[in-house]
Amino acid sequence: MRLAFLGRRLAMLVASLLVASFVIFGALYLAPGNPIAALSGGRSLPPSSLKVLEARYHLNQPFLTQYWYWLDNALHGNLGISITLRENVTTLIASRVWTTAGLVLYASLIILVLGIGMGVLAGLRPGLLDTSVLVSSAISAAIPSFVAAIVLISLFAVKLRWFPALGNGSDFVSNLRHFTLPAVALALSSLAIVARVTRAAIREEADREHVQTAISRGIPRRQLVRRHILRNAAIPITTVSGITIASLIAVAAVVETAFSLNGLGAYLVASAQDKDLAVVQGISLVLVSAFVVINMAVDLAYAVLDPRVALGSRAA
Amino acid sequence: MSETKGRGAARTGERGTSDEGRRRSEAGMGRWVGPGSREASTAPLLEVDGLTVRLRVEGAQRAVLRDVSLAVRPGEALGLVGESGSGKSMTARAIDRLLPRGAEVSGQIRFDGADVMTLAGAGLRGYRNGVAMIFQDPRAHVNPVRRIGDFMTEALRTNLDVPAGEAYRRAADMLGQVGIDDGERRLRQYPHELSGGMLQRVMIAAALLTEPKLLLADEPTTALDVTTQAEVMAILDDLRREFGLAMLFITHDLELAAAICDRTAVMYAGQIVEVRESALLHDDPLHPYTAALAAARPDIAQTAHRLAAIPGRPLSAFEAPEDECAFAPRCPHARDICREATPELIGLDGGLSRCARAADLRGRLRPELAEGGQSDD
Amino acid sequence: MSTAIPLVTVQAPRGGRAVGLLRGTGAAGIASAAVILAATVVAVVGPALAPFSPTLPNLALAFVGPTGAHLFGFDYEGRDVLSRLLAGAQSSMLGPLAVVIGALVIGTLLAVIAAWRRGMVDAVISSSLDILFAFPGILLAVLAAAVFGAGLPAASISLAIAYMPYVARVLRGAALKERSQPYVAALEVQGASATSICLRHIVPNVMPLIVAQATILFGYAMVDLAAISFLGLGVQPPAANWGVMISENQVGIPQGYPLPALAAGACIVAIVIAFNVLGERLFEQAQGAR
Repeated sequence: MRLAFLGRRLAMLVASLLVASFVIFGALYLAPGNPIAALSGGRSLPPSSLKVLEARYHLNQPFLTQYWYWLDNALHGNLGISITLRENVTTLIASRVWTTAGLVLYASLIILVLGIGMGVLAGLRPGLLDTSVLVSSAISAAIPSFVAAIVLISLFAVKLRWFPALGNGSDFVSNLRHFTLPAVALALSSLAIVARVTRAAIREEADREHVQTAISRGIPRRQLVRRHILRNAAIPITTVSGITIASLIAVAAVVETAFSLNGLGAYLVASAQDKDLAVVQGISLVLVSAFVVINMAVDLAYAVLDPRVALGSRAA
Repeated sequence: MSETKGRGAARTGERGTSDEGRRRSEAGMGRWVGPGSREASTAPLLEVDGLTVRLRVEGAQRAVLRDVSLAVRPGEALGLVGESGSGKSMTARAIDRLLPRGAEVSGQIRFDGADVMTLAGAGLRGYRNGVAMIFQDPRAHVNPVRRIGDFMTEALRTNLDVPAGEAYRRAADMLGQVGIDDGERRLRQYPHELSGGMLQRVMIAAALLTEPKLLLADEPTTALDVTTQAEVMAILDDLRREFGLAMLFITHDLELAAAICDRTAVMYAGQIVEVRESALLHDDPLHPYTAALAAARPDIAQTAHRLAAIPGRPLSAFEAPEDECAFAPRCPHARDICREATPELIGLDGGLSRCARAADLRGRLRPELAEGGQSDD
Repeated sequence: MSTAIPLVTVQAPRGGRAVGLLRGTGAAGIASAAVILAATVVAVVGPALAPFSPTLPNLALAFVGPTGAHLFGFDYEGRDVLSRLLAGAQSSMLGPLAVVIGALVIGTLLAVIAAWRRGMVDAVISSSLDILFAFPGILLAVLAAAVFGAGLPAASISLAIAYMPYVARVLRGAALKERSQPYVAALEVQGASATSICLRHIVPNVMPLIVAQATILFGYAMVDLAAISFLGLGVQPPAANWGVMISENQVGIPQGYPLPALAAGACIVAIVIAFNVLGERLFEQAQGAR
């Protein structure tokens, strides 16, 4: 019965990706004017270039055939050519993907370690720690990443000069320095949400009747917390952490722009402003795929953690 | 009363009970005519003395139990009957030290001579092994993400240092005793794969594994459907006798308590209002409330043209007035003396009653007479 | 045992009233509501309130600090920051409003239809919504900006589409619960039409949840739209908008003039906190009432 669940989830994954790719591709036709105008981004191009575009995108073929060609190419790693830089979109993406991946990874670590850590501590011990976590998380959750960015820059980069304000680093260590403020900015509001949900989940589990059963049998406190409270709370905590981390993928674009990091997100924004549609489509495809895959991983983790799940969706 | 006969038959016929059990149930509708009827020949296993519990309710500390005293002897079953809000569950929780944080407890609880409230560390663990609680809703009280085997053997492995293999073997055996076949397979299953009735049997089996001396059964069958109720009750009763365990059996069902328990205590508004031998409780109660409870339950053998009800609604301990009998407003026999002070528990004919007029009303509290709400004495 | 059988009247439970809802949210909730009200007033009359011109540049005054009536000083183009903040309230609050209305209307519609029809219709709607979850709001807005050009309308519509599945999922659960209440069956038996039951009973009874969702969603929409404007893909300069203000004044930070950007940021944070707090309280109330 678990396999049926797995199969269903995988089918959903493929369906999501297909629909997403369809929308991303179809954006070409939603644009005002004809596809050529959209692809050239409003620039006037010489007829030879136009012919190349026509051939590459099979513009004289029916819509679905075009989609098929585009998808087929994409799956083989060919995402087209950037109209502004005249380079392979795939190459352009590859050179920037590690910046974004590194940033998201760094931020995820902060969220998981600090967010869950604080949430667990606050949930298990009522008192000053708990109240301070509650208040600080209420405030941090409301701070958007770009606001956090400018505050962090003005405080830690300009005033205190602990970290550099902008740009990528050159090697691993300098990368760490350059990415710390952006990672914190990216992680801040998500951290708060994860901490709150963790705390709430721990509180709720601690109040459950099956914990009473364990207490009445004299199970020692430490074991009780580990085997009955934490283990059970792990379900909602994992779900929220996963969703939050997945959302980092999109918000990274904002942070990269604020800190002038050379990542996929910043490049996506720049291409959107330049109306370089091929690049926008390519990066969108990559980001949406990552987003969908992470969400799917969360679903799977949920199924592993909660034996009651046989079929059906996450939010029963 | 015909139901108990039916239960007895189901018990002996259904699954092989021990010889002792069969003999006893044949002796007289399953009632254990033993030490319970003889006064104080064995020291009580559990003694509750003047237990008063206050909880934080809506901002203030309010009493939920008032001056509760009872005693359970080894091997004896004491029923604790009351409506919602009477404090019966709270009593069990107090005994098992499961009260919420911030609860004020005064009075004493003694188990095997030791003061329960001051136990700690190894002493507390020993106590928890010696007293096993069976809860009302098994599905809520068993951890859904852990297997049955884990649930059953947890206490054995942790507190009693029993090696896993041995613990699982004992668990499988005990499952057989509660009427669950194929124990080994069941141990690997998760709680959601078992029905409510089975889960309650698992809970009972798990409780018995640590070889306790006292069972606290908090309405163990209320959450189950009627047919399953009978089965589970039968198993509980049988195994209790087989292992010679004492039991505090909490229920809202006066008849059920009377069928299973040697003595029954009745609670109202956080106080014990009557303690009596179960056999006598229905036909010769010492407190008007007990009579009213017994009368309110429709008798299948008779046609009632109007269901007997006690006017008013049951009170919680903190709603009851402090300086008069809590039941007085609803009692057809109330007089001025009842409103002067909270009545004490007085001994009468081998039982206890918290009625100021208990001696007066002696013999006149039969259920039939409690109907109609009118009293001419 | 002791209670008489009460007379059962089949009656649809009443939905909560606005004032009652608000009173139940406690001091924090009321304070937040006050902040939101103030912000709304400013959003409506903002440009008229501004003491100085929010858009006219005067480069000689660029990044001059606070003096006299200029509480927050001047921005990178020498405009009075306070005036620009007041004027910016309009687009900063209007956009999220459109997003929330859009997401709620469509989301509620789909949720109620799915909950009412159940079966195949529900499965189709739920699966489609599940697929829509694949698009984070910002990504969709960026895509829309690339295709339709930068601007508030495109961004708002994209966000509404991206948020709609979340609304629908939450409301579907509540609507399903409501659907299985006995009073609905009673109304059906009495011959009431599906539409009337949904509109006059189910929707009003999940209204507390809808209001709570709307409030929380507004906060998210505000953050996302400000982010999109910050990226240059939403409201375009020289129009006043808090997200735009942060972006255009960011250059001042390394130069030691963080105030214009920080002031705009503070406005956003303050209002989002208010919406979050109020929304959470309303949500708790809605859950408690079930």
